[in-house]
Amino acid sequence: MAVYVELFLAFLQIGAFSFGGGYAAMPLIQAQVVNQYHWLSMTDFTDLITISQMTPGPIAINAATFVGNQIAGIPGALLATLGCILPSCIFVTALAWIYTKYRNLSVMQGVLESLRPAVVAMIATAGVAILLPAFFLSGSVSFRAGNFQLRPVLYFAGAMLLLRKWKMDPVVVMVLCGVAEVLYQSAVKFL
Amino acid sequence: MEPKKENTKKDILKKLFFSTLYLSTFTFGGGYVIVSLLKNKFVDELHWIDETEMMDLVAIAQSSPGAIAVNGAIVVGYKLAGFSGVLCAILGAVLPPLIILTLVSYCYAAFRANFVIQAMLKGMRAGVGAVIISVVYDMGSSVVKSKDILLLVIMAASFLANYFFNVNVIYIILLTAAIGAVRTIYREHRREKTA
Repeated sequence: MAVYVELFLAFLQIGAFSFGGGYAAMPLIQAQVVNQYHWLSMTDFTDLITISQMTPGPIAINAATFVGNQIAGIPGALLATLGCILPSCIFVTALAWIYTKYRNLSVMQGVLESLRPAVVAMIATAGVAILLPAFFLSGSVSFRAGNFQLRPVLYFAGAMLLLRKWKMDPVVVMVLCGVAEVLYQSAVKFL
Repeated sequence: MEPKKENTKKDILKKLFFSTLYLSTFTFGGGYVIVSLLKNKFVDELHWIDETEMMDLVAIAQSSPGAIAVNGAIVVGYKLAGFSGVLCAILGAVLPPLIILTLVSYCYAAFRANFVIQAMLKGMRAGVGAVIISVVYDMGSSVVKSKDILLLVIMAASFLANYFFNVNVIYIILLTAAIGAVRTIYREHRREKTA
């Protein structure tokens, strides 16, 4: 029973505080699901983000369904998803109502203007949290043999090039990184 | 433009549900994609909402917390059919990810044990990192280009607080939201004084 309440409340917070959509939800999901409740490891979380990028639907809803299912089955998934969308329903409907009445959202726009840089900073933190364990096995910066991973760094550099220079579709870029690792590991295993 | 007379409420709800269901199933690549598709459907194709109003509705979807795709569906649903419209739109928007991720979740253990999938996910981790850093670069450079000192300070301070001091993201959001609200009220107050 307690786990249902925890799932609902955790995703209620994610839904209520992720301003700016998509990636903005990521650090909040990590804070609840990895750091606070330990429902997923950082590796599972990164896999979840990867899967979310390749399947339709918002990251937060995908995370709610995935974590809910892993922790408490279908009822868990439903409760987590409900928690996730409830703040949206209330906020959007209230704002739409205010809008039709007053048509002035200047304070809201001021709030969004100053939230944007904070959201950028938090997305950056989440990005670093995903990259560090990929580059360094122990998760901390040290160039000891066996700790530093060269291939992920090369994939990262290649991916950045494809994304920035050739504006390639992010999903295609991610899949290419995955295929490169599959080819490398198959070569090591079978040759 | 109001919905045409021959559209009964039931027709509108049906259309709303199937449109959001369809868009949610086939849109990859984030909330903004689905918002522009909603515009295509309800403004350009069905003419149920006019262009300027749609822009305001999108602003509302962006101003609210939560996923843009869900918020966009809610606001369009509200505009077209009130509360029952909201319910139909949400159901349509949420059902596809709910079903797909449930299937993924049940296969995840078997999935993870597979050699090819394991290598694939491992390689993709660096790719996801690159995608995120690229997003940060785009969003961050628009903040830098604004040349607004307060926004730059907020960006730097939030990163320090979040990364090095593990400050809960919710406190960071609440504090910056308060700063933004106070600043806007102060600005408007001053404008009224000078006017």
